Parts: sequence; structure tokens; C-alpha cells
Amino acid sequence: MNTNGQSKNGQSPKTGTTLVKRAFPQMLKGGVIMDVVNAEQAKIAEDAGAVAVMALERVPADIRADGGVARMSDPELIIRIMEAVSIPVMAKARIGHFVEAQILQALGVDCVDESEVLTMADEENHIDKHKFDVPFVCGARNLGEALRRIAEGAAMIRTKGEAGTGDVVEAVRHARSIFGEIRRLQSLSKDERYSYAKNLAAPIDLVNEVADTGKLPVVNFAAGGLATPADAALLMQLGVDGVFVGSGIFKSGDPARRAAAIVKATTYFNDPAVLAEVSRGLGEPMVGRTVASLSEKELLAARGI
Amino acid sequence: MASKTAPQPPPSLVGGVLVGVLGLQGDFREHIQKLESLGVTTRDVRRTSDLDGLDALILPGGESTAVAILESSKAAHGIFDEIQKLGRAGLPIWGTCMGSILLAKDIEGSKQGRLSLMNITVRRNAFGPQRFSAEQPLDIPALGAKPFPGVFIRAPLITHVGKDVEVLGKVENGIVMAREKNLLATVFHPEVVDDTRVHEYFLKMIE
Repeated sequence: MNTNGQSKNGQSPKTGTTLVKRAFPQMLKGGVIMDVVNAEQAKIAEDAGAVAVMALERVPADIRADGGVARMSDPELIIRIMEAVSIPVMAKARIGHFVEAQILQALGVDCVDESEVLTMADEENHIDKHKFDVPFVCGARNLGEALRRIAEGAAMIRTKGEAGTGDVVEAVRHARSIFGEIRRLQSLSKDERYSYAKNLAAPIDLVNEVADTGKLPVVNFAAGGLATPADAALLMQLGVDGVFVGSGIFKSGDPARRAAAIVKATTYFNDPAVLAEVSRGLGEPMVGRTVASLSEKELLAARGI
Repeated sequence: MASKTAPQPPPSLVGGVLVGVLGLQGDFREHIQKLESLGVTTRDVRRTSDLDGLDALILPGGESTAVAILESSKAAHGIFDEIQKLGRAGLPIWGTCMGSILLAKDIEGSKQGRLSLMNITVRRNAFGPQRFSAEQPLDIPALGAKPFPGVFIRAPLITHVGKDVEVLGKVENGIVMAREKNLLATVFHPEVVDDTRVHEYFLKMIE
């Protein structure tokens, strides 16, 4: 804490520790994080009950449609968003682009998303996230990817899904994959974990930790293609800790209403009567594209494995 | 009479006690796990009817604006009013971080929804963005001589307390733990560390 001096017990505050970085997303659990491109959208998201907003220059659906290089947002835009809301502000940096991450940390964003939705800056290396005081969230399709990102210092994991499609199928695949692999890992004897770790291409100490606790050591949200309250509740019932909604809100007919409905569906994910109530009359959902219709080159989830 | 084969209840600090944790959003599960490790029966509270029969209630860490908006939803409708009634009637209620904001009568510069139970003023996000969030050992005499591992996450601070509010812990620029009769506020997160002393202190408030 910057303004906090030494206390009587002679120990000064420690920022940027693993505990502090991992505790931040714990406070977001059971909540919805919404993609926004400007301060007006950020305000709509906050008023609808978002637990955080993700600042980016274009939502994934537009990145898909427009093409070109997708980069970190203009800092001016991020500052305006931070000024507009009291909830945490996250922002995206390109995979491996540690200078974009340095800039985002200096701006005071609460969390950096090292994101496959943006164009990759390094096809070999992710950012060494241990070097930062700001926590990072990273995408993963399976347990191996999740544990590699955690080994690099990620404080939060989200499924990659397939961003900007409005098609939930990949988010479901990735959530099932992560939870399924954790269950398989738990069924192994201790001497079988080494080979499992090798096949996952993940560090053995993290594999042991997951086997012993039955869960990832960090918070795990769903992301990538969620567009309706039912999509959010589906992923929550599968066992994720919360959800990201990107293009699904501000590419729909009535963003404020849909956003509020997804927030309620995430809290009452186990209650079909509430889900039916909040799903009524939401207006047009985002049009979307089925993942099956995308060419291999268009798949964002294959970036940064 | 219990038969010899009947399952034994877990060893409990406070036998037969039921503690609710507000589960609308936030790190409620961390509180539930901590309470269960102490042998306490818990309930995830998301509807007004979930408040029936509780011996105490915890308001966890989370986003106070989001929870205040969820409270106004049909499913949770009236839950703040009911908690307010129970708090005034003496139910022990403990708020951590967001929970301390919900308990406060005054939130600096904000009109957001709250319970308005405790005679304290809080400043939201008093330390700045997440990169200034920190761990800091705290001197809290009520918990004993050993410093308590304070974890502050975009934490608020208590900047003013009214009469009948006992200050239990502070840092240089504000109060971090305070109690007013049956109400307890901590701006840090005892639910994310191994030390169970604040949870035990709260359980002792159930009489």
C-alpha cells in the first residue's frame, strides 16, 4: 500500500505477492466481467452489476470482421474508462508483449489479460508475469495450458472459448476439458503423475498441487462465445467461478438489459425459474458465427498454447 | 438416545451453530470453507428465506456495487431490508472488505445501496488500484499478541467511527477492524489466509 507506513510490528506492506495477486480474482467470483470499448459502455456495465470491465479497442466480433493487427487499447481510452467506474478495470495486452503490460500496469489497471484475442507479439514466449505487481489473467483450452500459464505467474485463468462468435461450444469444450483432466489426474496413483505431467507439458509441482486439492490453484472463469443468460448459467453449472462476456452484450439489441440479465443468471445459475424470468424479452442477441464455419486461420484459441 | 453407530458431529467451537454467508457474489466459498474447518454448519444465503434460523451472518469480499444491484433483483428482493432488521435485533453480522462497505452508514462520495447498520464511515478503494493492494501484518490486541496476516485487496478504510464503535485495529491512515455491539467490520480478508483467529473471534460473538 503506497500511503501506508510501517506498522508497530515493524513490518511494512508487501505489494505484488502471489497471495495478493491471486486474492484479487477471488473477490470477482460469482460475477460477470464485461468487454467495453469506451466510458459509456463501462458505465452501462457497472450499472448492470458487472464486477469488472475489460477495456479493449474493439470487441472480438469487430476484430474478426475488420481484420488487421489488434493491439492494446489507447491509454487515453483506458484512463477515461477508469475515471468512469468504481469497479476494477482490466485491459488486454498482446501475448508476449511485456511492454504493453508494463504500460497497462503504469496506467493503474487492476488486471492485465494476456489475450489471444489480440494479435500475438511473440509466438514462442508468454510474458513473465512474476515480474509484475499487477495480476494477470490468461486463456486456456485445457489443464496443460492452464498450468503453464500459472507457472508463468498468471493469477487467474479463463477458458479461451472462441471469442467474437457468440457460439458457446468452445467455452464448454475447454471448461469440460480442464475439469475432466483434473478428475482424471485425481484418479492416478502418485507415481503415475510424472508421466501425466509430461503429457500435459506442465510442471510436476503444480500437477501434484492440483491432484491433492482437486482444483486449480487460481480462480477459473469462462470466456469466449457466451451470449445469453443461459450460456452463463451453463458454464457456472459446469463448475467455473464466474464469466466473461465480450461481444455478446454490446453487439446485442439491448445491452443494458442483457447485461443485467446475465449478471442475475450468474448468481442464480442453479435456479431455472430465475433463468426463465431473466431470459424473457431481451431483444436481439448478437448474430454470431458458428465456430464450425470458421477456417483454421480464424480460430483465436489456437494462439498462445 | 443415539446408537453407537450414529455418525459423530465434527468437533465444534460452538456446537449446533448455523452461520450464513451472503452468496450473491464474491469470495463466500472461502468463508464457508473456513467456518466448516472450525466445525460450524453453514448456509449459502441468496434469498430472503435463507436468512431463517441463522445464528450469525457473514458478508464476504466482492464488489459492493454488483451486490447492491443483485439485491434489487426479484429473486433477492428485500434481502437487505431483512438483514437490516436482523442486525438491529442483535444478529451477529461480520462484513469483510465489501461487507464492511455494506454495513457502513456512510460511504464517502457514494449513494450506492447499503445496509446502513454500523455507525462508521468508509472510503472505498482507499489504497488505489490493485497494484497497491498488499499483505501487511496487523497488531490486533483482541486477537492476541501475534500479528494477524492482513490481506488488503482494493480495500476500503474506515475513516470515522461513531459512538459505541470499538476500534480493534488500525494502520497509519485509517481503521481496519471495528466492532459495534453485534456488528463486526474488517477491511482485510481473514478468509484467504490460514489464520482462523478472526473467524473464532466472530463465532464468540454468538451468545
